[in-house]
Amino acid sequence: MLSAAEREEIEQVLKHYPVRDSVAIDALKIVQRHRGWISDETLKEVADFIGMTPADLDGVATFYNLLFRKPVGRHVIALCDSVSCWIMGYEGIREYLSSKLGVGYGQTTADGRFTLLPIVCLGACDRAPVLMVDGDTYGGLTPAGLDGILERYR
Amino acid sequence: MATVYIENRAYDADPGENLLKTCLGLGFDLPYFCWHPAMGSIGACRQCAVKQFKDENDTKGRLVMACMTPSSDGARISIADPEAAEFRAGIIEGLMLNHPHDCPVCDEGGECHLQDMTLMTGHSYRRYRFHKRTFRNQYLGPFLAHEMNRCIQCYRCVRFYRGYAGGRDFNSFSIRNTVYFGRHEDGVLENEFSGNLAEVCPTGVFVDRTLAQHYTRKWDQQFAPSICAACGVGCNISPAERYGMLRRIVNRYHPEINGHFLCDRGRYSYEFVNSEKRIRQARMQSGAESLPLSKDEALSRLAEILRHSRGVAGIGSPRASLEANFALRLLSGPDRFFAGINENDLALARLMIELNRTVRAPSLREIESCDAVLVLGEDVTQTNPRIALALRQSVEQQPRSRAAAARIPLWNDLAVREIAQDQKGPLFVAALNATRLDDVAAATYRAAPADIARLGLAVAASLRQEFAFPADLAPKVSELASRIADALLGAARPLVVSGPGCRSEAVIRAAAAVAGALAGRGKPAPLAFTMPEANTAGLSLMATAGLETALEALRSGGAETLVILENDLYRRAESSLVDDLLGKARHVVAVDHLENRTAARASLVLPAATFAESDGTFVNFEGRAQRFFQVFAPDGGIQESWRWLRDCLRAAGREEGETWHSLDHVIAAQGRQMPELAPAAQAAPPASFRIVDERVPRMPHRSSGRTAVLANVTMHEPKPPEDPDSPLAFSMEGYPLTPPQALRPFTWLPGWNSVQALNRLRNEAGAAPPGPSGVRLYEARNGLAPAASNWPEAFRPREGEWLLLPLHHIFGSEELSMYGPAIASLAPRPYVAVRDGFEEGQMVEVSVRGLIFRLPARIMAALPAGTAGLPSGLPGMDYVRLPDWGRITEAAG
Amino acid sequence: MEKPLTGRMRAGGQPVSIREYERADGYQGLRKALAMSPAEVIEEVRDSGLRGRGGAGFGTGLKWSLVPAGAPKPRYLVCNADEMEPGTFKDRLLMEADPHQLLEGMAIASYAIGAEISYIFLRAEYTLAAARLEAALHEARQARCLGEDILGSGFNLEIHLHTSAGRYICGEETALLNALEGKRANPRAKPPFPPVVGLWGKPTIVNNVETLCCVPHIVRNGSGWFRRLSRSQDSGTKLFGASGKVKRPGLWELPMGTPIREIVEEHAGGMREGVRLRGLLPGGASTDFLVEQHLDVPMDFAGVQAAGSRLGTGTMIILDDRTCPVGMTLNLEHFFAQESCGWCTPCWSGLSWTEQILAALERGEGQPGDLEKLEWQTRFLAPGNTFCALAPGAAEPLQSALRYFREDFEAHIREKACPYRH
Ligand SMILES: Cc1cc2nc3c(=O)[nH]c(=O)nc-3n(C[C@H](O)[C@H](O)[C@H](O)COP(=O)(O)O)c2cc1C
Ligand code: SF4
Ligand code: FES
Repeated sequence: MLSAAEREEIEQVLKHYPVRDSVAIDALKIVQRHRGWISDETLKEVADFIGMTPADLDGVATFYNLLFRKPVGRHVIALCDSVSCWIMGYEGIREYLSSKLGVGYGQTTADGRFTLLPIVCLGACDRAPVLMVDGDTYGGLTPAGLDGILERYR
Repeated sequence: MATVYIENRAYDADPGENLLKTCLGLGFDLPYFCWHPAMGSIGACRQCAVKQFKDENDTKGRLVMACMTPSSDGARISIADPEAAEFRAGIIEGLMLNHPHDCPVCDEGGECHLQDMTLMTGHSYRRYRFHKRTFRNQYLGPFLAHEMNRCIQCYRCVRFYRGYAGGRDFNSFSIRNTVYFGRHEDGVLENEFSGNLAEVCPTGVFVDRTLAQHYTRKWDQQFAPSICAACGVGCNISPAERYGMLRRIVNRYHPEINGHFLCDRGRYSYEFVNSEKRIRQARMQSGAESLPLSKDEALSRLAEILRHSRGVAGIGSPRASLEANFALRLLSGPDRFFAGINENDLALARLMIELNRTVRAPSLREIESCDAVLVLGEDVTQTNPRIALALRQSVEQQPRSRAAAARIPLWNDLAVREIAQDQKGPLFVAALNATRLDDVAAATYRAAPADIARLGLAVAASLRQEFAFPADLAPKVSELASRIADALLGAARPLVVSGPGCRSEAVIRAAAAVAGALAGRGKPAPLAFTMPEANTAGLSLMATAGLETALEALRSGGAETLVILENDLYRRAESSLVDDLLGKARHVVAVDHLENRTAARASLVLPAATFAESDGTFVNFEGRAQRFFQVFAPDGGIQESWRWLRDCLRAAGREEGETWHSLDHVIAAQGRQMPELAPAAQAAPPASFRIVDERVPRMPHRSSGRTAVLANVTMHEPKPPEDPDSPLAFSMEGYPLTPPQALRPFTWLPGWNSVQALNRLRNEAGAAPPGPSGVRLYEARNGLAPAASNWPEAFRPREGEWLLLPLHHIFGSEELSMYGPAIASLAPRPYVAVRDGFEEGQMVEVSVRGLIFRLPARIMAALPAGTAGLPSGLPGMDYVRLPDWGRITEAAG
Repeated sequence: MEKPLTGRMRAGGQPVSIREYERADGYQGLRKALAMSPAEVIEEVRDSGLRGRGGAGFGTGLKWSLVPAGAPKPRYLVCNADEMEPGTFKDRLLMEADPHQLLEGMAIASYAIGAEISYIFLRAEYTLAAARLEAALHEARQARCLGEDILGSGFNLEIHLHTSAGRYICGEETALLNALEGKRANPRAKPPFPPVVGLWGKPTIVNNVETLCCVPHIVRNGSGWFRRLSRSQDSGTKLFGASGKVKRPGLWELPMGTPIREIVEEHAGGMREGVRLRGLLPGGASTDFLVEQHLDVPMDFAGVQAAGSRLGTGTMIILDDRTCPVGMTLNLEHFFAQESCGWCTPCWSGLSWTEQILAALERGEGQPGDLEKLEWQTRFLAPGNTFCALAPGAAEPLQSALRYFREDFEAHIREKACPYRH
């Protein structure tokens, strides 16, 4: 069952659109904000709520990379792997992260704290290499600096 | 007409079409994938690239997608241009990167559009050296197997399933080179037209799962032009056989009827032909003993019965051919020939025909083009499914017409959809229960038959601008009626659809009243009536009395022997009546192909050929007589019903028994005796028809010879059976080109081994050369239907009683298809539908017309208050004539 | 030097509030526009010569005038704030540092085309921009610069912020419309073009953030002023950026036509110690490489095109001599292959093959013939061959890399290794 808060948020966004189905992506983002990811069950609930079939909605959900159809950790680290960050050596950052956290891309740490994902250019190329933890962007990354950043996310 | 230049030669073209269709129609081999003639262009696969030049002086040109480019006057293109050819080769190479190259084990092999196009573009060397992407397949139900690794992402499946057929449990998922086509999770595909995916998919992602169980390559299959026996629409089909077993059905394009698509009942109904319940040998019943007979023994037994019998009553059948029914009628005499259905059903069918002699019955193609529809009292998806698919297209008409205003050609599917948005034209559905068309309906009305009729009459009255509605007509109904009237009147091509689904004459008459009123307002609308069975219309043209009268005839001693043609009478009338009927007869001769309750009680059973093993004519809902041809000669004791009846005639000493050597003799006699049926002779060319002295082969051409057909079984070359009844040959030998539509057993052209050969064949919009087939036996005279009849009384619920309504099921209500495991697995179990008052699944007792049924309750909230429903025709449930009042009580224990 | 787009921005990175904005002549353009007729506004913008800053450079006034005169309402304005082109980070600054400038531009554009509802289609990762835009929207509504009866003019406008869920293709304007409608973001068939059939089938104008940010200044100061800002025939100023191994990567508002050399050497401070400039993508990942010989090319539409590339987004990515051009191309093609929407064959199939060949080269598993295959792919993915501009964009850096860095590609095959990784 969608929570009252989830429903309310979805209803709010619905007001922005003349067509009910248009809220699909917002609705998925809303429940993801509440639940971390979108399970099959959740997907069905949302579909039901906005009058779509699970197939309708999953067709949409699987198109977008920021709608998570698999569980993620409490915090999602998205490391930019695009061109400027590549030039500036993001690969070193990835290796450091992987070995520090013991996970590769798409994996979640054993304690459920972090999921590591690659992400396309974060639009902060002047501060490359860049990553994002949850909603926060960090640039000018160095292995040393990373430790401090990760500390902020328990 | 426009002139287009292809390789610098001028051709006539339809400027309303795209260049791909034009090129194919002109006979050019231009490869393509995503385009489909019924679904238009989307420019996704990029396979149909050609070079377009501005004018004669332009030597550079630019690549365009032929499917996205109009055939406008002066258009100048080259298919052969090296750059275009190189690009097309690149596309195929790209499509094949991930393809598993599993042709040897793929069911599509030998009729695969991807194979054909690969050869056509000359892609024969693989340069890609990396890993292929792989997918997990899904279980999609009994009809289709899923092999996603073969997918080339042409999007045809999803466009058909969602866009054309309205299914919403299937989609495209994910992106880039990993787009996945399937369901959200494993499960039976819900849409009633899912089987078309096997033909829509240009490769082997969706393949016929029933075929896979007895797989054989297309080139080893024997086909015949045939007509679907699963309902009264008359879709054209190509059944395929090998080793005496029917393997599958594929669509046979008919421009006026089924076009490119069949319903799943039709496609998978063929399995009954292979059923273990087939009657394969004649037998005699004496007492409890059942004695198998050889054909000769059966014939002499027959002679004996007929010689000593004081008269024969013939019971015809709506699922037997016109000719078989006629032969029986000749044997019994017209006065003792009875439709093998009850009086009420016969009266309804005859009424519908009568009304269609006044108001035109539309073809499916016309239905698709109508732009405002009233469906009165019929759940079309369940009774005549293919009509429902046509209605789904009709709701697109009004929204799509806006594309023309924006100067976007209709074939530009994506653009047209953008313009049309999700809007639907007016479709109104008045029915006993929720229907599968409700999702596209502008309004639905669920009511008891009387109220449905009243709504129809109210629409008619609104149209006639006589608002003298009965005082007890609810304001909501009169408002709905005038809304419907306005929509029909405001449309360019309104349509009224009804049928015998409510078993109500009033409903049928009300539908005609609407059509009549529209004609009166200068907006003549065609009137489509569903017909339950393949030859309901044909039978009703021939018979004037039903089973009740047959019983009278036996009682009065007018006849002693009952000859029952392809019919299980227990499905047609209550068992008390049928028991009586069978009990009264001294001899019961059943000519049928499947064991059933009636055959079990016959003293002599004669094994009849099914539609696949015989030739004959069915008359569809439009009154169109269409010929179906034998796919294969049945073995052993089985022969065509008309031949058994001819043998009866011989036994009875009738001259026809000696002179009827081929079906054409029957057709000729039929035309002489019943002039109304005479045009049926024109439904297809006679047996003597030859093209340049050759017969039409039933098998596709192969480079190997005829012997290859059985080469793995025997080295002897068996002589193919002779065919006195048709111009077709049981062979691959014969006329090598495309025969006339009525005689086309399969679709094939050199280099075009899939069903898509059809697109290469067509030379004008929609029409397959050389012209359509079938002939209408009756046509509308004047379009003015009789004025509205009396208003039936409004339905009033009763205390403690329910009006039990008949509920129809696409899978379950039809007799023959239920002998096939695939369809049977999807049929509901017997149940009673209630609105409320009981729990889902609770066992209840239903008593109606003296019968008592113990059934689980199913909650169907859409049923009108005061009514309940019983499924129609489900095996395991006795026939009961509905609607009628009954009681429902909690079952004891 | 005049810097209309960035001149108002605060040094500390805090956003310009509505009070500060108004004090610095903010919403004056809107006031002026509301006193004009919509047609006059369109005319002014057309006269200004403003060309779209989203990459394609279509004339903004001309685009607005494509909404059919009598088209019924609703009509929509959509601000394309998807900014996912690798190497591009200009719209982020405009939204984070001066959100009202964008809102004012949107209000004027909406007025001009007759839209009463507008959307900002913002990429998901721009969370700071989202917060600031929401705050600015609230301020603007309070100040009656948005909402009903704006500034007493009788014009109503509501702007909704829509945040995306990822995917580069959403920046393509018709895919964007599908995304906004909650669908799979495949591009749409064109024609019909969005000004005629757009969002929910209604006339719709899609403009880039920077484009819209120029609009208030044009209306306030006049088209002639805007044209004079530039150093070339393309009017106005432009946000130019540089990333890669330069001393001071960043973003600068400069006149159109500023030469590449000036941007790289003066504004970006030249190359870092120990590396030399090898080449650059002048306007984001989907533009052709330029090399040293092009350093004096003026950064404007015609100038960059004449040099064989595209102005694109105007944010350049610089390749140095210690970075492997093959590796860089692989990184770019990996991006494009990953972001292909999966609609048309050349793109979903061709790009994945391209990526795999480049990956093989980098692994030292390149084979003779690979370069020819890559070249063939670039022809295969040429404009017109695909359904939208994503794949042709992907072909641009590849084709020019093969031209300018041929020797490096060959070395990868010859040495069976990436020479830069020794
Ligand atoms: C694959 C692809 C991605 C694009 N991404 C963006 C984008 O992120 N932002 C943008 O403004 N334009 C983007 N564009 C260009 C838009 O399609 C469109 O031309 C632009 O938004 C129009 O605005 P303008 O005329 O103001 O430049 C993209 C185009 C393509 C083909
Ligand atoms: S080029 Fe084709 S597959 Fe690629 S993003 Fe555009 S439409 Fe989609
Ligand atoms: S058939 Fe023309 S692009 Fe697919």
